[in-house]
Amino acid sequence: MKKLLAAIFIGFLTAVSPAQAVELTFYYPIAVGGPLTKVVDNLVAGFQKEHPDVRINAVYAGNYDDARIKALAALRAGQPAQMSVLFSIDLYELLEQDAILPFDDVAGTPADKAWLKSFYPALMANGTYKGKVYGIPFQRSTIVMYWNKEAFKEAGLDPEKPPATWNEMAQMAAKLVKKDASGNVSRWGVMVPSTGYAYWMFQAFARENGQDLMNREGNRTNFAHPDVVGALQYWVDLGNKSKVMPEGTVEWGTLRQSFTEGKTAIMWHTTGNLTAVKDTARFPFGVAMLPASKQRGSPTGGGNWYLFKKSTPAERKAALEFIKWVTAPERTAEWSIATGYVGTRPDAYETPKLKEYVSGFPQAAVARDQLKFATAELSTFQTGRVRKALDDAIQAALTGGKSPADALKAAQQESERLLKPYR
Amino acid sequence: MTTKTWSVPYGWLLLAPAAILLVGFTHYPAAATLVHSLFSTGTAVRPSRFVGLANYAALADDPVFWQVLGNNFWFALGTIPTSIALALLMAIWVNGRLPARALVRMSYFTPTVLPMIAVANLWLYFYTPQIGLLDKLTALFGAGSHNWLGDPHTVMGCLIAMTLWKEAGFFMIFYLAALQSLPPELEEAARVEGASRWYFFRRVTFPLLMPTTLFVLVNATINSFKLVDHLFILTKGGPDNASNLLLYYIYQVAFSFFDTSYASTLTVVLLLLLGAFAILQFQLIEKRVHYR
Repeated sequence: MKKLLAAIFIGFLTAVSPAQAVELTFYYPIAVGGPLTKVVDNLVAGFQKEHPDVRINAVYAGNYDDARIKALAALRAGQPAQMSVLFSIDLYELLEQDAILPFDDVAGTPADKAWLKSFYPALMANGTYKGKVYGIPFQRSTIVMYWNKEAFKEAGLDPEKPPATWNEMAQMAAKLVKKDASGNVSRWGVMVPSTGYAYWMFQAFARENGQDLMNREGNRTNFAHPDVVGALQYWVDLGNKSKVMPEGTVEWGTLRQSFTEGKTAIMWHTTGNLTAVKDTARFPFGVAMLPASKQRGSPTGGGNWYLFKKSTPAERKAALEFIKWVTAPERTAEWSIATGYVGTRPDAYETPKLKEYVSGFPQAAVARDQLKFATAELSTFQTGRVRKALDDAIQAALTGGKSPADALKAAQQESERLLKPYR
Repeated sequence: MTTKTWSVPYGWLLLAPAAILLVGFTHYPAAATLVHSLFSTGTAVRPSRFVGLANYAALADDPVFWQVLGNNFWFALGTIPTSIALALLMAIWVNGRLPARALVRMSYFTPTVLPMIAVANLWLYFYTPQIGLLDKLTALFGAGSHNWLGDPHTVMGCLIAMTLWKEAGFFMIFYLAALQSLPPELEEAARVEGASRWYFFRRVTFPLLMPTTLFVLVNATINSFKLVDHLFILTKGGPDNASNLLLYYIYQVAFSFFDTSYASTLTVVLLLLLGAFAILQFQLIEKRVHYR
């Protein structure tokens, strides 16, 4: 009996023993296929093993929009969340809500400062405002081109040579279109998704045609520039003129299936889908950088770590510790392998794990190599409205409602009106 | 004397639970929405201020608002009469004697039980070009693939078809219950008098079902404004707002643009619209409804 009591007592003691336990909560979104909540849970468990004095609640919060809504609602309701993974382009919105604080304020030691500089610069662009770092890259992606090698062979093309320019892509796609006996298309040449994240895909076209869509301060856009119009014209022509892509919009959510079922020979999609495509495609496929018009190019995308203002110094320190741990080269390598997201720092690619993975599956390195041509994702003040104006313009042009020039002119007018107060 | 003085607070006490819930969760939010629509959206940096009717002026100038209102009109027109007619037809069909009646009734009702998000995920694959069920079916007849959800001319039809599939079974249950409460003597009497089945339906059954029809009509109207879950999965309102509905637009404004004031303004419009519909329906149709 005494023994039992003692056991209970000891059990009680150990349960409360880390006297200054810090409890942290963070929200995170998932926007690609695969069982990623499990990967995140494993990361958290790994950290807690090494840091028993910190308790971490990881809350899965749906897609990027849901995650932002939930995190902000929780903050407003006074529920603690000290950090979160949110959309990299939510920066201006979070600033406007006065919800976040720069990492520079918490990262005091020289080692911390060096850590801030250890990531790919292209991935820091969306998280930096007025010289301060607000977002640390985590689940980051770029757009890459997937191609079906079997289809290339069948069409008499070299299966190891993907299109490198816009002209090549249009020509190759024309050869890749397959029709059945009654003249109906059974396989398209290329598909670029245009629902959900149309503006993101369009940024790639615009960048390749030499234009960025917004300035660094997030208060000006460049939608009506002739080269931007030219970029949209090229996209529209793939469907309407050269008939190598279905007319109208292409659904983001089902495109991966269309590719793995062989219904399109080429697709543009986020590198975040790489692992899922690898697991489901029953044919050899390649991954390449997006083709160039004037230059190569792709926007970056995905989620960053943010620190929330409503937190105690001890919590901030613990949160920084966790983010540092989770973005360390080893973990970055594991995360990249599990998801297909870009390894966010050069030294992650030096780890034995990722080295071995890349040598066996070279497709995984394409997104990294493309980073030197990458640009920040479209993000401005009033970003939701500006993005929607552009999305609507792209979809109007793709579905034939407006000409690319008219559609983009209207979007630019709308964004002028929205952004004027921020200059 | 005592009973009289106590009857007033006693009455209020009896009323309180329902009244508190109703005020707290219905009337107060509605009033707060109205007030909120007169202010600008505040952020931590720019506090909210009174702007009068400026939000309503912006609304009148917002082409997307007029477009989603039009869309909602077509969506309502496409779903309400057809789903009611289908529900009535199905109810009469499963009310009669037929083999495996329970199974037929259940299969008509199944779509109602499924959550809208699950339904939308199913139908997303029906509509997907080339690999979808619909394209596989049309291919049997030699037709080419069509980009059902990516074409502004067909996307609304697709949404309407899915909503009909989802809703008709639900309304069928009400008609079925009403049909089973009709006294069988009426039918016997009609048969003795030599009335045709169509005549019997037109002059006896349908008028007796009027209360149910009113109920279903009100519900169908509300649903045509209320049901937007499928848009999250199927189209996100696109392409170019061709399938955007008022409530989904409110969601976009509130949670994607974070413009809560303008969202309140849109909500007020939605409330007024639904209120007007309800009044209209009760006023007009009540005259033709026979309550026994």
